[in-house]
Amino acid sequence: MTDFPLTQSESSHSASPVPAANGEYAIETRGLNVYYGNFRAVRDIDLKIASRKITAFIGPSGCGKSTVLRAFNRMNDLVRGSWMEGQVVFHGRNIYESDIDAVEVRRRIGMVFQKPNPFPKSIYENVAWGARINGYNGDDMDALVERSLQQAALWDEVKDKLQQSALALSGGQQQRLCIARAIAIKPEIILMDEPCSSLDPIATLKIEDLMHDLAQIYTIIIVTHNMQQAARVADFTAFFMIDENRAGTLIEYGPTQRIFTNPEDNRTESYITGRFG
Amino acid sequence: MSTDPNLAPMPETTPAPDRQEFAGNLSRRHRAAKIWRVVFQASTVVGIVVLLTLLYNIVTESFGLVAVQNEVEPAALAIGGVPMEDLSKEQLVEILKGKVSAGIMRRLERDEPFAQRSREGVLTLVKERVVNPEIVKSWPLTESLLKRGAIEEEVRQNHPKARLEFKSWLNWNFLVSPQSSEALLTGVRAAFLGSLWMIAITMLIAFPVGVGAAIYLEEYYSDNWLTRLIQTNINNLAGVPSIIYGMLGLAIFVRALEILTSGALFGLTDATTANGRTILSASLTMALLVLPVIIINAQEAIRAVPGSLRQASYGLGATQWQTIWHHVLPNALPGILTGTILAMSRAIGETAPLVVVGASTYVAFDPSGPFSKFTALPIQIYQWTSRPQEEFRNIAAAAMIVLLIMLLALNAAAVLLRNRYARRW
Repeated sequence: MTDFPLTQSESSHSASPVPAANGEYAIETRGLNVYYGNFRAVRDIDLKIASRKITAFIGPSGCGKSTVLRAFNRMNDLVRGSWMEGQVVFHGRNIYESDIDAVEVRRRIGMVFQKPNPFPKSIYENVAWGARINGYNGDDMDALVERSLQQAALWDEVKDKLQQSALALSGGQQQRLCIARAIAIKPEIILMDEPCSSLDPIATLKIEDLMHDLAQIYTIIIVTHNMQQAARVADFTAFFMIDENRAGTLIEYGPTQRIFTNPEDNRTESYITGRFG
Repeated sequence: MSTDPNLAPMPETTPAPDRQEFAGNLSRRHRAAKIWRVVFQASTVVGIVVLLTLLYNIVTESFGLVAVQNEVEPAALAIGGVPMEDLSKEQLVEILKGKVSAGIMRRLERDEPFAQRSREGVLTLVKERVVNPEIVKSWPLTESLLKRGAIEEEVRQNHPKARLEFKSWLNWNFLVSPQSSEALLTGVRAAFLGSLWMIAITMLIAFPVGVGAAIYLEEYYSDNWLTRLIQTNINNLAGVPSIIYGMLGLAIFVRALEILTSGALFGLTDATTANGRTILSASLTMALLVLPVIIINAQEAIRAVPGSLRQASYGLGATQWQTIWHHVLPNALPGILTGTILAMSRAIGETAPLVVVGASTYVAFDPSGPFSKFTALPIQIYQWTSRPQEEFRNIAAAAMIVLLIMLLALNAAAVLLRNRYARRW
């Protein structure tokens, strides 16, 4: 495993002009195509994700937004029969190059899944496990667990029952635990695949508040079906749709404000005004 | 409408024409449900009845009245009013000398000089050789309980010298005695230890290999014609008759690998007299036999581990092995152990492959290790049931109880182990 050089990626190729903070991008795709067997699931995606901002992927079901998200930390590798073309550039390196280790990519680009999936272990172990298997050798583990749970706004609720089962927590608490688990290994980017789709509105609001806080430190990319959620939390929004060959394509990408108030593409407008999807 | 009296019929409003189509079949559906329910109940009852009959047969043969006739009554051996049990060792030796041929005395002296034998040892010899109790007739448990009077009458008439006593064929002596050609003296010790040795080595081989193969097939393999062929073969191997495994074991382990299975390779036996019919050969054969069962069950268990757990693990930067070791295996372990219990039960009861591989039917000594000649409980039971003497059927029934208890004990141990690891959070 060669370490990623911590240089900025060249932003010469820019299909989606996104004004990023200090002109800095956390990760970008170049001509990304993902296939499942012979089926092209997403087509020619060029995206630049702004650093320490929240970017939302919206679009109707089956439009490939989750597939694009999973391409960012090579989770698609785990799907038998899937393969890809193009590049995903992270710190100036294509993470799909043969000398890049997917395990290291996933350590630095964390993920929170649609359904809360805590390990069937104690709350403490859920947070500590990822750090331990990644060879964490910083200060003591208790401090790391506490810090991660605090960042995930869960500490006050669980500090007295750290040794209890994570599965006894409510759905919203479980999802925040999964976020705590993801940030315990100090990623740079957190991918969230419809993190609130199985939660009630109050738990959803808690997660959204949490995302705002986390965006101070981390780059967050969230896939959501909930357009209000995208409008509430995201700095940038990307709208995906399937083309005539059923492959997902990027229709429009820009600051959330503009996408929701003044979309350039009328398909985007139809979707956000609820005319389809 | 409804056939269930507890369900009040729904008040019918004006039947709309489109509801006519649904009218009238509710009672038919309820009737079908009831019929199926009875069918399933009947199946369960049949199963339970068969099981109870089996247990009844074994138990009734294992206990019951016996008519015992002594060759020499102990009372006749009393010296000066002192009963046989209280005689000194020297007096007992004298009795032996008087009643047993000189040749047998010499042999006994050679086995262990009388000077070194304890009084109890000599007393046992006197009981065996001089008193020599013999069972002239035995009755099963139910008959013993229900027709006691008729049995007593029969003994009085046909065997006037015999005395009637209640005997449990399953007793401590039966458990700890080596095999003997005398029904009263024989025991299952060698067979029990042989079975234990065999099952231990079988599991030692089959469990790691089986689970390893299951992990490979479920987690690592790429889907191609070769692995599909392997998978199909494993599924089919689970149904191959056990005697065929026995033939395989005979050809490979007993004959071809004799130098290994006899222990000659390790200098434990002389290569010229080496014999591959050992516990190790039987265990290897048995391991082959249960391997498909373990693999298939472990595969099912591994497949049942939710994909979300694997994704969570990979998403945290875990390697494949860390994911398997920390999440897949612990969560699959209860299922894997269930498969292992099934496999173990099968291996304990298998008889045919052991016959082919060459378990001995008469082994009077304890197995000393993997390279020992051996017998096993099912073999022993088979051998006893095929004897003409009636009392060996009782012995066989008692051995079946031992086999069943051993099976239950091993399974209980495995279930406990499983529950320990299946501690759900």
